[in-house]
Amino acid sequence: MPETEKTHAELAVKIEAMHKWYGQFHVLKNINLQVRRGERIVICGPSGSGKSTMIRCINRLEEHQQGDIIVDGVELTNDLKNIETIRKEVGMVFQHFNLFPHLTVLENCTLAPIWVRKSPKAEAVATAMEYLERVQIPEQAHKFPGQLSGGQQQRVAIARSLCMNPRIMLFDEPTSALDPEMIKEVLDVMVELAQEGMTMLCVTHEMGFAKTVANRVIFMDEGEIIEENSPDQFFDHPEHERTKLFLSQILSH
Amino acid sequence: MSAPQYAPGKHPDLPAPSTLAGPLAWVRANLLSSPSNITLTLLSLWFLWSVIPGALNWFFFDAVYSGENRAACRAAGEGACWAFIGEYLKLFTYGFYPEESRWRVNLAFVLMWLALVPILFDRVPHRKYGLYYAAAFPFIAGWLLVGGLGLAPVTTDKFGGIMLTLVVGVTGIAFSLPIGILLALGRSSKLTIIRVFCVGFIEFIRGVPLITLLFVASTMLSYFLPPGTNFDLLLRVLIMVTLFASGYMAEVIRGGLQAIPSGQTEAADALGLKYWQAMRLIVLPQALKISIPGIVNTFIGLYKDTTLVIIIGLYDPLGIGRAALANTSWIGLSTEVYIFVAIFFFVSCFAMSRYSLYLEDKLETGHKR
Ligand SMILES: Nc1ncnc2c1ncn2[C@@H]1O[C@H](COP(=O)(O)OP(=O)(O)O)[C@@H](O)[C@H]1O
Ligand SMILES: [Mg+2]
Repeated sequence: MPETEKTHAELAVKIEAMHKWYGQFHVLKNINLQVRRGERIVICGPSGSGKSTMIRCINRLEEHQQGDIIVDGVELTNDLKNIETIRKEVGMVFQHFNLFPHLTVLENCTLAPIWVRKSPKAEAVATAMEYLERVQIPEQAHKFPGQLSGGQQQRVAIARSLCMNPRIMLFDEPTSALDPEMIKEVLDVMVELAQEGMTMLCVTHEMGFAKTVANRVIFMDEGEIIEENSPDQFFDHPEHERTKLFLSQILSH
Repeated sequence: MSAPQYAPGKHPDLPAPSTLAGPLAWVRANLLSSPSNITLTLLSLWFLWSVIPGALNWFFFDAVYSGENRAACRAAGEGACWAFIGEYLKLFTYGFYPEESRWRVNLAFVLMWLALVPILFDRVPHRKYGLYYAAAFPFIAGWLLVGGLGLAPVTTDKFGGIMLTLVVGVTGIAFSLPIGILLALGRSSKLTIIRVFCVGFIEFIRGVPLITLLFVASTMLSYFLPPGTNFDLLLRVLIMVTLFASGYMAEVIRGGLQAIPSGQTEAADALGLKYWQAMRLIVLPQALKISIPGIVNTFIGLYKDTTLVIIIGLYDPLGIGRAALANTSWIGLSTEVYIFVAIFFFVSCFAMSRYSLYLEDKLETGHKR
């Protein structure tokens, strides 16, 4: 993909009339979503509403059956070339970190740059150390993931994604598997990333985070986008009954 | 004696009590922990006491190390007649390999160890080139043993003894692992044709005894081949043994693959790794690691199954031993022969087993999440 074409795609993500089924189960129904460059979107909704499935469609971890998904100007089809192009540009952070346990922290971070971007090893190591420093764990570089705390592992996972120099970052409940005292250290990294202008789609129920960084909050229920609004409007004046119910549930504990 | 008191937050780490450490503590915990444990310990001691002296006498002190024939052995002592084994040692080692070319077998044996070093240990200098050499080794060894290209040809019906066991065992081990990996990956492939083929192959192999496959190799295969083709018997055996072990290997590795959480491939996909990269760099290293006990188990099974070649007329150490027993001047010394063969197999298999423990230990990288 030539550089010029990349920078001219005005929308980072464009999803139009997208549907997805698991067998007979209609999991995503008529999803329409546009994300501009540099925008931060927070997606929330009850468990099982299809939030993960939706953001996993964006980098083709899940295949959609109807409608269009255009990421960074490239349409997601069965064309492997397009999928490869998109995956290089889209980083993803998972709820359970999904670090590679048999590789050191540093190797986790350099693997994709070396094998996918074909960076020279020294360069990949330098970049990786830079990002590990930014997530404040350069001293753990030579440890294995199993030797780190959950919060540290998630920060490594973020650094690992950033090493590929992505233009869009997807987060799927990055703090839900963490002990309470570690949530902040991960959110801090994410806030910093947002302030640098990264395009982010983030599934999370951390309302403080949503209020600080999100341009828009999206509420999903039963496979549909029910409501889409600025954080202030969303939290203070939710429009739909289901949104109100959901907010009352998550704010009550 | 009253325990010293410490202020809250000031309690130091104290050494463990002597009941937890030291050889005496070990004896107490492992041999004398309860009345039934004490009984077992005493019974075991009594058993060792009554067996070991007799065994030592038979094996070493009363054994006869030289002699012309069985009568000479029996005249000289009560114990094992190792003179018999000594007489046949060359046959046990080289089979019927021509005397003047046996240096080639020796050389191949030394080269095998050189090839094993970079495979078995990862901290050897220039390991990459060592691995290239190891990959080339089967072909170098094949050339050395069979001859041609400047070496005097030796037909494979001259192969026998320990050398035959090693040829069949090492070939089977070297090729069944990669084939097994491919079969295991194919079995979980999204492509139906590949999946059906792999499942069919694995189920066929597991449903048929190795002996049957060896008979097929020795007799029936010639009906299927175009007339006039001379397809070496040993080669057919090698193929059958390898395929047989591959089927089992595939199932062992499939177990390992299933234990890898799907998050691992998802993370690899999300980073943009291609299927084969994700398999080679992420999934297989982890899957193979947890499959090590099963893989080595399959290796050991294969190695011992090489004795089955006896029934299609090849002479492995067991076959040589049985042939030697037919010699009238040594008749009746089957105990010595079988013990010798058993020791040979035990040493090889025990080494593999210990190595697998070492490997598991080395690949441990802290607890998993
Ligand atoms: N691989 C799958 N096969 C079948 N159903 C699935 C699969 N993955 C998720 N689902 C179902 O799809 C729905 C949406 O799941 P998900 O996107 O994970 O929800 P969320 O992330 O909002 O909790 C759930 O009802 C879930 O049970
Ligand atoms: Mg989810």
